Formats: sequence, structure tokens, C-alpha cells
Amino acid sequence: MVPSFKEALNSGKFVVTSEIGPPKGTNIEKMCHHIDLLKDMVDGLNVTDHQSSVMRFPSIGGCLAIKEQGGEPILQMTCRDRNRLALQAELLLAHARGIRNVLCLTGDAILVGDHREAKGVFDLDSVQLVRTVRQLESGKDLGGNDLNGAVEFCAGAIVTPEARPIEPQLIKFENKVEAGAEFFQTQAIYDLDNFSKFMQYARQFPVKVLAGIVLLTSARMAKYMNENVPGIFVPQNLIDELTRAPKGEALNTGIEIAGRMIAVLQKDSVCDGVHIMAIGREEVVPDILAAAGL
Amino acid sequence: MKSITRQKPFNEIEQQLEDLDRIFIVGCGTCATMTRTGGREEVLEMKNRLQGLGKMVTGWIVIPTACDEMTEVAFRENNGAIQDANSILVMACALGVHRVSLYIGKPVIPALDTLFIGIEDSPGDFHEVCAQCGQCVLGETAGICPITACHKGLLNGPCGGTNNGKCEVDKEKDCAWTLIYQRLKEQGRLDLMRKYRPPKNFQVVPRPKVARIV
Repeated sequence: MVPSFKEALNSGKFVVTSEIGPPKGTNIEKMCHHIDLLKDMVDGLNVTDHQSSVMRFPSIGGCLAIKEQGGEPILQMTCRDRNRLALQAELLLAHARGIRNVLCLTGDAILVGDHREAKGVFDLDSVQLVRTVRQLESGKDLGGNDLNGAVEFCAGAIVTPEARPIEPQLIKFENKVEAGAEFFQTQAIYDLDNFSKFMQYARQFPVKVLAGIVLLTSARMAKYMNENVPGIFVPQNLIDELTRAPKGEALNTGIEIAGRMIAVLQKDSVCDGVHIMAIGREEVVPDILAAAGL
Repeated sequence: MKSITRQKPFNEIEQQLEDLDRIFIVGCGTCATMTRTGGREEVLEMKNRLQGLGKMVTGWIVIPTACDEMTEVAFRENNGAIQDANSILVMACALGVHRVSLYIGKPVIPALDTLFIGIEDSPGDFHEVCAQCGQCVLGETAGICPITACHKGLLNGPCGGTNNGKCEVDKEKDCAWTLIYQRLKEQGRLDLMRKYRPPKNFQVVPRPKVARIV
């Protein structure tokens, strides 16, 4: 039997997770193909929850598919689309169907997505959601009512090590630890010196940290993220490296960069593992792992 | 406190008045005058535009404060022109529309959209600072309301969408939690950022909200 994500986290090994993006529509063939491709190469597969506020096949549906295909799902749950009743209900469903890991996020704003007139819910925030998981584990719901069957989850959250100013983010990180988060998957990091400083700080807390590795596919994408994605800073030397890549080779350069970063993080034991986000290029995750020597 | 309004697109006003050809216009001398959406000037401009559509404007009035009970008196004084009309076009906030609807058995049509209750920081610069949630946290957030000033209304610190002190939905908007952090830091009260705030009670006064002060 495959070890659970929690077992992997506590084994002391360098943990690798990756991410599955559900489709817009009912054709889940490609998603299932990605699951098949990756499930035995990683310790857990996140499924995004209407990433960037774009309506898609749900996270829980992707997690169920991972279960069916014999993988280890990590359910991403944002607070954007469900109130506290719906969030709790989904945690009950997830647990009853064998999903044991949940990543609690605030969720992107409605305004960045493809249903810009929708109502953003945010009945709970990410810290409250982590506490909700722990409350449901105690056998009671948020209303203080008894549950007929409690949940049990390995609950995690996210942190943005390159946010500016950083201190409010660190305080929130500590609030999430206090709420009961066991693991953190970070926003994409590229500056390993800066990340090492963050890890020196984070090491004082009893949590596992997986560094976020977002695959760079071109110099243009890197510049776009620098300008438009909060908390992501791709250093100029990496942009230059992508620019120098021969025509049609930028993706390979991106794979090399990701592999190289992962190898350094592992070799120097900077953090407890990595979370690889290939955003639409899930089929190259095995190449990234190969480039990292994993 | 001011009710901040914006005039509806004229074609929407036109649509609402489609079968109504004799119109009495009501403006408001308080908030809608301040926001230049329902003062004397705007009412007269509306009168011209409606006449341009071939409508008959039976009369107009700018009530000092359209939402208060003196509106009834103003209506009695203009009874003739109101009786001549088959509809009332109100250039006040929704509170004014509500008040007018109490006294008139004719269609009352809003010409404005009510955006929020806010304050005027500097001339012409209106901000929403309170969402009237019924459970004030300003004492813990250095006077900046996270329910109102944070796009997502987060209670326990900033989301990951904040960037250099700005909000993910608009690079011109300040991140409320960065502002709160800066002020609390200045006051030496950063411990309040670490305080856990449980899920909010959204039913302090269930809708429709009512309060009886005795």
C-alpha cells in the first residue's frame, strides 16, 4: 500500500507534491491521464479549486478521481465560493470518500476570474478554515453540534515567502500554525537565498514546508508573472537564461531551471520538499523530476 | 455619512419610463446634491433630456432631505403637479426612493444607483469605511475596517494577493491589512495581528434589519 502523504511528511524524506488542474467541462480524460502519469512519482497530488476564480470541474471531483486511480489526493479548498455550511459538508464528503489531506486557502478574488459579477463568499478565512478542520476532528461542527462520525485530515496552508512587506505574511503564517496547519506549500519561489532566509525563520515552528516550484515556460511568462502575480519575483538572471534559450527551447530551459532549484533545495536540506506547479504542462513534471535527479 | 449614488445609464432610465409620459422629478438637497447626481442642476438637466424624448415634465422639486418625513409635506405642497404626472422619477438615493414610494400611489422610478454609504475624504473623493455589520472590530484594527476596506473582508490578516501594500483586485487600492499592520506597528500593538478572530456573526441583526430605540 502506498504511504499516505502524512506518512511521507513525517518520514524525513524529501517530499514531492504536484498539482492537477481540473478541466472546464465534463471531459476529464486529460486530467485522468495526468493523474495516471504522476500518481506514482509524487507523494501527493493537489487539485486546484477553481484556480484564478475560473469556474471548472471541482477540486473534490479531481480528488475522487485520484483516489479511484490509486493516488494520494490533497484537496485544495478556498473560502471564495462556499459558506461555512458548504465547506464543512465538503470536508465530511471528502473524509467519507477516503481523502485525508486538505490545503486551506483564502482563494483568489472573484474579479480576477471568468465570472466577474459573482458574489465572493469569504464567510470564513483561511485561518478560520484550518480551525474548522480541527473542530470537525473533535467531533463537533462549527455550531457546536455533535457529528455522527468525525473527520481526520492532514491540514495545510500556504505562505508567500517573497511577499513585500513580509512581516504581515509571517504573522499570518504563525496564525495558521497556531490554528493547526501541519504543512505549508509556498507560493512560487525563485530566489533561493531569500527562501533560505525564510526557512531559517520557519524552522522554529513544528510544520513541514514544501517550496513552491512553478515551471517557467518562457521569458515572457516570467516577466508577466513579475508584473502581475502578487508575491512572485523571478530574478533577472533566470529571465536572461530563458531569453538566451534557442527558439523552441525555452520550455526545456524552464525544466532545467526547476530541476536545478529542486536539486539544490534537496541537497542543502533547505526545506522538507517541493510542490511542483506546471500549470497546464503537467506532462513535463516527470522531466522536471528527472532534471532534479529525483 | 453620505449616501453615495451614481446616475443610471440614460437608456436604462428611458426603458423604465417607456410607457410613462407625464413625469414629476424629485431631487435631493443633501447627499445627491453633494455627489452631483440629484441636485438642482442635475434635475434641470434631466428635465431637458426627458422633454427631448417627448415626455411631459409636470413639475420638479429638490427636497431638502428626501429620506426624511418632511418629504410628505413637500409632496402636499406640490400636489397639483404630482397629480398631473403618471410617474415620479427620483434623483435621490434608494432611501429617498423608498420614502417617496410611501406617499404616492403612482410608479416611482429611481434615476440613480445607490453605491454605498460613505464619507468624503476630500472634495469629490468618497470612500466606504463601514459596512454596518453590527459587530465593530475597529478597536482591534487601528480604526481601519477589514470587513469594508479588505476586498475579501478577511478578519485574520492579509491574503496572498497583496503586493507592495496594494490589493490584488486593483493596483490603485491599498491593502487594508497592510494599512492595519502599519498602524498597529506604529502604536506598538502588533500583538493584535496575532489575535484569532473567529468566524463572523452575519446575523447580528437579521435582514430586514430593524432597531427600536426606546
